[in-house]
Amino acid sequence: MQQFIELIRQPWPWYVAGPLIGLTVPTLLLIGNKSFGISSSLRHICAACFPANISFFKYYWKKEIWNLVFVLGVFFGGMIATNFMENPNAFQLSASTMADLRALGIQDFSGLMPADLFSMEALFSLKGFIFFVLGGFMVGFGTRYAGGCTSGHAIMGLSNLQVPSLIATCCFMVGGFVMTHLLLPFIFKLF
Amino acid sequence: MSFQQVSPPLEQDEQPFVCEAPNDMAQPESWVSNIKYLIVGVLFGIVFVKAEIISWFRIQEMFRLQSFHMYGVIGSAVVVGMISVFLIKKFNIKTLSGETVQFHPKKFQRGQIYGGLIFGLGWAITGACPGPLFAQIGSGYMAVIVTLLSAVAGTWAYGYFRDKLPN
Repeated sequence: MQQFIELIRQPWPWYVAGPLIGLTVPTLLLIGNKSFGISSSLRHICAACFPANISFFKYYWKKEIWNLVFVLGVFFGGMIATNFMENPNAFQLSASTMADLRALGIQDFSGLMPADLFSMEALFSLKGFIFFVLGGFMVGFGTRYAGGCTSGHAIMGLSNLQVPSLIATCCFMVGGFVMTHLLLPFIFKLF
Repeated sequence: MSFQQVSPPLEQDEQPFVCEAPNDMAQPESWVSNIKYLIVGVLFGIVFVKAEIISWFRIQEMFRLQSFHMYGVIGSAVVVGMISVFLIKKFNIKTLSGETVQFHPKKFQRGQIYGGLIFGLGWAITGACPGPLFAQIGSGYMAVIVTLLSAVAGTWAYGYFRDKLPN
């Protein structure tokens, strides 16, 4: 038992995590006929809190409340894993990524998130505006415009062999490559 | 008590609802049955943190092609999902309450390209897709609450401008 606890506190390799995430698809389908997709929760929050007479938000969101309960679970899962199953060792990042990010000005590699960017102090600066406000806005706007995110398109959509989902997934990746290689170097020069 | 007993508002008839992650369960579900989705969500959130998928650094590694980890996670998730969907269809496996599993073919729209690119740009900045946002907040990264609120605002803005956008 002690050994097992030691083991699950280590970071989980992709061949454990990936199949577990994949199993979410049949689990949700079989326990309640639900299609996997997380970004829809953002739409339900809009529909529940600020529908503003916009037709896109006028629907019976209470029928979709399972999705909000699911993301609440993800929140609790994050809390449990971080507080009770924390990795005893230091976070390992590939040396080349570390070198690249160091060149951009990132100094702290101790946690899952760069403390240089994701701190409360950074929140009310230009850095915070770009990394939280602008970034978050693009995630919310883009996923709904695309009709799904990594879960709805890349995992659920591809599992169901949907060509539009393949197109969307490729565009997610292209957007990410463009930001990482072309835009981030300029953004980091701003501060 | 169940929500389905309340009659839906009229708008539903005027505009067919096209949710991308729909609830296709025909039978009404009680409040208590939502616990199932809570538990699946909790397990999912634990995997997100333990496989470090919520890490901004891991997303940077992925987009810099300097680690196989994220490709392995997404790739193996898709393979397992594909096999599962294939088996459900092939053997017509029913849901726990005996219903036929519903699948929704997706229609190509230009939004998948434009929206996909916009999301990709945001993904690389925030280091998170919508799922990990919730797990990051749970992990104690309180600043991410702003990212989540902004993502809700982005979703709202899409709803507001939807008719004016190419689709």
